[in-house]
Amino acid sequence: MSNTQRPTSPHLQVYSWSLEMALSIFHRATGVALGGGTLLITWWLIAIATGPEAYDQFRMAMGSIIGKTILLAFTFSLMLHLCNGIRHLFWDMGKGFDLEDTHRSSKLVLLSSVVLTLISWAVGYGMI
Amino acid sequence: MSLRSPLGKVRGLGSAKNGTHHWWMQKITAVALIPMTIWFVSSIVHMTQADYEIVINWMNSPVVAILMMLFVATSIYHLKLGLQVIIEDYIHEEGSKIALQMIVTFGCVVLATTALFSILKIAL
Repeated sequence: MSNTQRPTSPHLQVYSWSLEMALSIFHRATGVALGGGTLLITWWLIAIATGPEAYDQFRMAMGSIIGKTILLAFTFSLMLHLCNGIRHLFWDMGKGFDLEDTHRSSKLVLLSSVVLTLISWAVGYGMI
Repeated sequence: MSLRSPLGKVRGLGSAKNGTHHWWMQKITAVALIPMTIWFVSSIVHMTQADYEIVINWMNSPVVAILMMLFVATSIYHLKLGLQVIIEDYIHEEGSKIALQMIVTFGCVVLATTALFSILKIAL
């Protein structure tokens, strides 16, 4: 390694933010967040396997304001990671690399994750 | 001085011969997770108000139990691969890198075993 103090890339401070850049960072961030979600799913499975009291404890915890906030963040993270992940699979096939296509798919990814999150919660609350 | 020849010294120090295996596994699990995530979310949204009896009856079905096990196992494998890359990208100190990789691997294996055991306990 050389000791020169030249700026290295990625050099986040000087880039102007774009939706593509934000989604790329969010993809990683939601990936890590979904690790936390996996802990929740495991807790849920353990609770069901343990018995009715443990299951009720889990439901109580998830029914609280904090619990619901975490579940909402989990749902949105899952949908964003799913939609952006599908976009990554298209990129892997060499499709959708044009600047215009990328702008369009960025918006589509964001819109579909919001819509899918809303639909999931509407069904969860028995509204659909 | 060493008795080892120059060739012997460098043998095995090159590529780990894994090639694109990690990337490919990440992609295979990603593709598999698309239908499984859709199944999981569309099932779980009907369980938000469910009593214990309803959840137990639902998970007692072999199809549900098998799908749940596949979903959990595939997710955690995908998670392990993803976290591994993040550590490789951001942690440059060799000791903490290896320690973190081990924590992630052990954690994921423990998580997967616990989740799979719970599903079996419910369903069997």
